[in-house]
This record gives sequence, structure tokens and C-alpha cells, in this order.
Amino acid sequence: MLNKQGRQTDIATASRLSAGATTTHSGNKGLEQDELLIYEIGDTQRCGVDLEEVGEFEDRLGGITRDNEIGLAGLSEPETMRHYTRLSRKNYAIDMGLYPLGSCTMKHNPRLNEKVARLPGLSDIHPLQPISTVQGALEVMDMLAHWLKTLTGMPAVAMSPKAGAHGELCGLMAIRSALDKRGENRSIVLAPESAHGTNPATATLCGYKVKSIPATEDGRVDLVALKAALGPDVAAIMLTNPNTCGLFERDVIEIADAVHEAGGYFYCDGANFNAIVGKVRPGDLGVDAMHINLHKTFSTPHGGGGPGAGPVVLSEALAPFAPVPYVIHGEEGFELVEHIAEDSDSFGRMTAFHGQMGMNIRALAFMMSHGADGLARVAEDSVLNANYIMASLEDVMTVSYPGPCMHECLFDDRFLAGTGVATLDFAKAMIDEGYHPMTMYFPLVVQGAMLIEPTESESKQSLDQFIGSLRHLVAEAKAGNKDLFSGAPYFAPLRRLDETLAARKPVLRWRKSE
Amino acid sequence: MTTYYSEEHEWVTIEGNNGTVGITNYAQNALGDIVFIEVPEVGSSHAKGDEVAVVESVKAASEIFALIGGEVTAINEALEEDPALVNAQAETDGWFYKVALSNVQELEGLMDADGYKAFIATLD
Repeated sequence: MLNKQGRQTDIATASRLSAGATTTHSGNKGLEQDELLIYEIGDTQRCGVDLEEVGEFEDRLGGITRDNEIGLAGLSEPETMRHYTRLSRKNYAIDMGLYPLGSCTMKHNPRLNEKVARLPGLSDIHPLQPISTVQGALEVMDMLAHWLKTLTGMPAVAMSPKAGAHGELCGLMAIRSALDKRGENRSIVLAPESAHGTNPATATLCGYKVKSIPATEDGRVDLVALKAALGPDVAAIMLTNPNTCGLFERDVIEIADAVHEAGGYFYCDGANFNAIVGKVRPGDLGVDAMHINLHKTFSTPHGGGGPGAGPVVLSEALAPFAPVPYVIHGEEGFELVEHIAEDSDSFGRMTAFHGQMGMNIRALAFMMSHGADGLARVAEDSVLNANYIMASLEDVMTVSYPGPCMHECLFDDRFLAGTGVATLDFAKAMIDEGYHPMTMYFPLVVQGAMLIEPTESESKQSLDQFIGSLRHLVAEAKAGNKDLFSGAPYFAPLRRLDETLAARKPVLRWRKSE
Repeated sequence: MTTYYSEEHEWVTIEGNNGTVGITNYAQNALGDIVFIEVPEVGSSHAKGDEVAVVESVKAASEIFALIGGEVTAINEALEEDPALVNAQAETDGWFYKVALSNVQELEGLMDADGYKAFIATLD
């Protein structure tokens, strides 16, 4: 296309090659700006803020004061703002488009959550304030605990764990304490082949040996193998439901019964609670402990490591072993139990304070703005969206296990056989289409896995656009257009990075080049 | 010197009462670029089926289960610096560790080279 002045409007046909220049002097590509590290932008001579001269002071560090430069970069306010704004523009975010990694990384965080979390009475408080001045905050924690217990059908909840894996640790420590109290020394924790890597890690940290349970051909726990593995040595099973293949473990009640009969406990990994919230109560399935990733199910913002929140609901049998602190209704309002009474079975304390307060507030805001019926709708829509994607792609891609699926749908690389395109190449080509790739190569039980979780907040139009891109890529792969994949991404700020080198010889610290 | 293979894509070459253990070419190919290998300690003992090593590739981390029990007598120290050796030469220079067999009869049930070749042909 030419504009009225006879110049190209279309990037694909526009060319700078007449001057022989494929790069620019600045490194920027038009309005897509290159970005240096903050240390490379600023220098140590400047300072962006006016600090008072340090006056005479008494050295109380016993002569170990620093005598060399720290070397912090000095940037002015506009330089600092630009640096972080430019970085944020390079980030693919849920606020920019569909995110097929789903709630594991980030689902839509309604802005109402943010508004509530920023209320001064909730945001400007400190955990060491007198209890009488933070009654509102304690009520928020108490209400959230009530919602969590009601939604899961469980009698107790430990609010302090700060992430899913931290919650797992809390649950397993409660199980360990309960077994100690019974005077039993059980040494094995069972986990299905498709378990999250944190499950065996948690069990190992608690001193257990992990025994893997195989899956059946339809992607669920092999009940026969499970029953054969049960015995007086088994402390617990750690089971995710829906599982990591996006499937509901339909034998879950029979599994719980069998584990209980053998004297073990049922730890449920609640990472995928999003798919069943408001529909199924884990307490009715025989669960003894389950963490709830508030950030996954109740939309608190996270990604790339935090901040998470992983409260753990506990059964009657495990409730006495819950950690401190927790909120109780006292005579003059809410009180915090901070210390373990002598006759208490509590296993101790996991955090200095009371968990991720900011996340607790956002989660409660999500619950109360949706209501119980709205939360059930969250589960329904997340499952509907995943099944829509599965149904729209199953004729061209290979579904690993027959549907219907729950909130995520799993494909493997059989549809790429003979094309010379690997899962990784396919994912890189998705970047050219403007999508962050889905979860790849997990779960490990499937060859070349591609796991898509659209979440409940995508519209049909948005899903159709995504499906259209994937169908286009599959058609290109099957038509033998291998270069489209092996060279991808073509349109990203950088092309194919050397992941192997990055893993083998990581550069973890920036050093000034002389 | 005879080499045996397991369905978990490991090999062991036997000389007398000693074995050299590694993963097969098929395994390294499925794993992709290997970035880290954890091998057992020299002097440690394990039973057949125990987890003895971990292989981390750009795709995944995988446990290696012992295809034969015994005491570890040597490890391939070159793998620490250069895990890519396993990608390049899985069944020769990319060996993992050497083991003094505790029970030679455990070799029964493993496959020979032809058997393994036939086995992987059924996988594709």
C-alpha cells in the first residue's frame, strides 16, 4: 500500500535496504526501543535525588564500614520512568492479550480488587500495630477464611502460607504431626506421574520417600496400581484434581477411601481449584488438606514468582495441627493467636506474620464481587472456554486424552510428526502471531506437550482469533513450510535465543566492561 | 564385554563384575539439549530401581533409575563441565558412572542391542 505521497504504509513491503542498512544507529527499530540495563544507562557520578550531606556520626559497626564505592547507577526521574516504561512495553501481559499459560502465570485481575486493596485502612497498616487498631483487617482475614472453608466444605484453614508450594509444606507438616501423634512412622508419599514437581519436592523436604503412581491410558490415576502401592508405610497421597492433564480424577472418592482405609491422609493439590470452585467441595471428596492458590483461583495478580498466597484448608483430623498465627473471635473483637499453648498440637509457625495480606484482600474482593453463584460461573466458563478450544482444534492437532476436559486442554506433538517442526518451534511461531506460547513440555507424561488454559475471562471472539492463528500455523507446518517455524520468531525484538547456553553457562551478575 | 539396555533407555556395559552406565542415544535425543547432570557419589550404594541420577535438559528434568544395583566406583567427571557430551556421545564418552555389581542376576530381564533396537522401533 502506498500513501497519498507515494510512500509505503506496510511494514512487510517497506524497505530500508536501499541504503544497505538493516540496523539503526540507535539499535531501536522504529518505535520499538532497545533497552539497556539500568547500570548501562546511568553512571555512578550522578544522583537523581537530593540527599543531605552525611554529617559527623558515631561508627557503631566496629570498624567494618564500607570503604569502597557501591557503584549504584544514578538516574534522573525521567530516565528512571522511561527505563521501566520501556521495559514494561517489552513484556507480554494479560492486559495486552490472551495468555494461554492461563492462571498458572496470570489470569485477569479485576481492577476492583486493586481499588479495594488500596484503601488506606487496609494498605497503610503494619502487622505489629496494636490489635485494637486493625480490627477491620482481621475481619477481612476472618471473612476470607469463612469463604474458603465454605467453598471447600472443610472445617479449618491455615491462612499464613505464602504460596502454593508453601501450602503443600504446611499440609504435609500437619500430616506428619498427626502421624507422630499417632506414634506411627510412615515413610512413603504417593504421587501420580503427572504431579506438579513441587509435590515430590515437598514430600522429600518433609523426610518422605516419593513413590510414583502410573496413569491409565485416559490420563487418570491407575486405581489398581494405587491400591497395590498402599500399605502401612504410606503416609499420604498427593493428588491434583483436576489433574495436570486437565482431567477430573473421577475415581477420587474411591482413592480417598482406599488411602484412609490404609491409614494414610489425602493431600489435594488445589492448584486447579479454578475449574471446580463453586461446583465441587473438596471436603466432600475426602480431602484432608488442600492448599488454595489464591492468585490462581481468586485472581490476585502474580506471575514470575509472586506474590502468591496459599492458605491450606484442613479436615477435622488435621485441624488441631494447624500453624499459628490465626484469628479468633475474642470478647472485645477479633484477636490473634500468636503463641502455641502447652496443650496444643499445633506444629508451629511458618511465617513471621499473617500471610500475604494484600492478596487476601484482593481474593476476598473477587469472591464478594462474584458471589457464590458468580464463582460457580467462573468454573463453568473456564471449563467451557477450554473445551471450546479443544473442540475447535481437535481435527488438526492431536488431543492427548479424549475430552471433555476441565479448565485446560492438552495436546501433544503427534500432529507434527513428519513435518520437521518440534513443539518448541511451533511455540516460537506463535510469538510471531502475537501470542505468548502455552505451557510446553509439561505434563511430562505426554510427548511434546502443549497445555492451553484460556481461563474464564476470554470472550468467544478472542478465542476464535487464537484458534484461527493456531489452525493457520498447523496448516503451514503440514504444508511443509518448515522455515516459518525453524526461524521463528521473525517479528520479536530478538530472534531465537540460545536457551542451552543460557542454562549451561548462565550469566547471573552484570559486570562493568572495562 | 556385553552391553545391556533397559526400557527406561539406559545402558550398562559389563566387564567381569563391573558395569559402566549411561543413557541411550534415543534418550538423549528425546531429552534435547542437556544442561546439567547429577551423578551419584563415589562409594555410595544403591539397589536396582533406586533413583541414582538426574538429567536436566532444556525441556525437562528427568530422574534416572538404576538398572542394576551395586556400589559406585567412579563417575564421569567430564559431565560436570560439559553435559553436552551426552548429546554428542551418549553411548561412549557420555557415560555416567561405573558400578561394582551386587547381583549379576539382575542383568536378566534387560535387553541386548538387537532387542533394544526392536524395542525403540515400536515406540515411534
